[in-house]
Amino acid sequence: MTPPPATVQAPGSGETFLLNLGPQHPATHGVLRLKLTMDGEYITRAEPVCGYVHRMHEKMGENRKYAQFLPNTSRIDYLSAMHYTHAFVGAVERALGLAVPPRAEYIRVITSELNRISSHLVWFGAFLLDLGGFTPLLYAFDDREQILDLLEAITGSRLTYCYYRFGGVCHDIDNAFLEGTRAFVARMRPRLRLYHELVTDNIILRNRLIGIGPIPLELCRRYGATGPVIRGSGAAYDVRKTEPYSVYPQFDFDVPVYPEGDSMARYRVRMDEIEQSLRIVEQALERLPSGPVRAEGVPRVLKLPAGEFCCAVEAARGRFAVRIVSDRREIPWRVKLRTPSFSNLSLFEEASRGMMLPDAIALLGSLDLVIPDIDR
Amino acid sequence: MRATLREIVLGCRSLLVGMRVTMVEFFKPVVTVPYPHEALRMPERYRGPIELVRDPATGRAICYACQLCARACPSGCITVEGVKREGERRKRVTQYQLDFSLCSLCGACVEACPDAAIRFSKRYNWATPHKEEFLLDLVRQLEQESR
Ligand code: SF4
Ligand code: SF4
Repeated sequence: MTPPPATVQAPGSGETFLLNLGPQHPATHGVLRLKLTMDGEYITRAEPVCGYVHRMHEKMGENRKYAQFLPNTSRIDYLSAMHYTHAFVGAVERALGLAVPPRAEYIRVITSELNRISSHLVWFGAFLLDLGGFTPLLYAFDDREQILDLLEAITGSRLTYCYYRFGGVCHDIDNAFLEGTRAFVARMRPRLRLYHELVTDNIILRNRLIGIGPIPLELCRRYGATGPVIRGSGAAYDVRKTEPYSVYPQFDFDVPVYPEGDSMARYRVRMDEIEQSLRIVEQALERLPSGPVRAEGVPRVLKLPAGEFCCAVEAARGRFAVRIVSDRREIPWRVKLRTPSFSNLSLFEEASRGMMLPDAIALLGSLDLVIPDIDR
Repeated sequence: MRATLREIVLGCRSLLVGMRVTMVEFFKPVVTVPYPHEALRMPERYRGPIELVRDPATGRAICYACQLCARACPSGCITVEGVKREGERRKRVTQYQLDFSLCSLCGACVEACPDAAIRFSKRYNWATPHKEEFLLDLVRQLEQESR
């Protein structure tokens, strides 16, 4: 695929200046800093500077027990907490050979997908805010609030859920949750149509996104971009399909792919993913088995056998993987966290070359970065 | 020429459709709560700063200072001390300190307690400019409640 030319070439005066975007800038959500070398309105080089919210999550993994590290996992990417916890408990479960009861797996799928929708809704609102449209944020947060209320009622928290346990989930779900989730699915479909009417078809948005910030598939591959970014560049890469985990193979859902690679393609991928997540939730609610929600015989003191154990999940922003190296102690020797936002940001430098500043903001927003996820 | 015209017409239409959506929403009921005049009730499982649970039989805290919660806590926010009195089978908690400024409300302590002697409170709107105010003495807090 040959991408359309990014922009008209800047009239080369040869004189450049340095512009700081961030670390406290509304478009860098959080504390990302971009050192932009500008030639007039055009970017000649964008250097991301990370580390402003570095919290040593990996190092913390090396000095506490497995159960004590569990709360950290819901704080690496606070919008995708369920998925991150899933990867960590998944790695430990693989190491110990724990069989998770089917009901627990179904609950994990339901809550993970709800979490994905709420994460995409935050992106939807924030992205349009970057582009100068304020109202969609309010619609998105109204819907997101429904999900947060549902999840808060079962987990006790609105963002940092920490709901999964080794071998299951913390509490069983109740009827109120099931009813509420059904009502949410019924509510969300018309809302999605409304979003498309209000936003997707909007001529201003289309002009700002179509053809802007094309990312060739080859570039995604080179930087290890995953999630909606690579799916917006034409690769049907979704961990739920390529490295199936949990009970995902039992569900019928599609992986939305758009080959254009521009900001609009990434926008469309996420909007379609909301629909797919709704489908998964619907199926899971229908087939929810009964039974226990925690595996029997999980040892009180966890000691993993020596070796390396990995688990990858499809988080809202792409592939999140945990690699635990154990030397049979109660404390892991190494906990490597592979976060999607870091790779997705890394391609920005190359992709933004020669772009105009406002277009680069659109590109940055379409990558859906969570800065603490980059820094870990 | 035709294409340009088409784009203009479709563009204008999209703007009108958007405005219709906004107008319809305009007359829908308010979804926010006028905090602080009104506050939401926290759900049953809400995780607020932990508190000691009273034993209805004795009127004292159930906790017998076994230290399991303190050891489970990832952030080391809990300090428990207890004394064993003569004729009693178990210790009695004399001091239970929680440094809430370190607490991440993860719930490891509550899950670790073998006798459900601690639980989450429903306190959520709590802010202070002084860190020391987050040093909580849960035993005293429990005693004050009974008075
Ligand atoms: S909730 Fe977590 S961080 Fe807070 S005191 Fe309990 S174990 Fe420690
Ligand atoms: S609260 Fe529970 S776990 Fe903690 S010291 Fe008391 S009895 Fe032990």
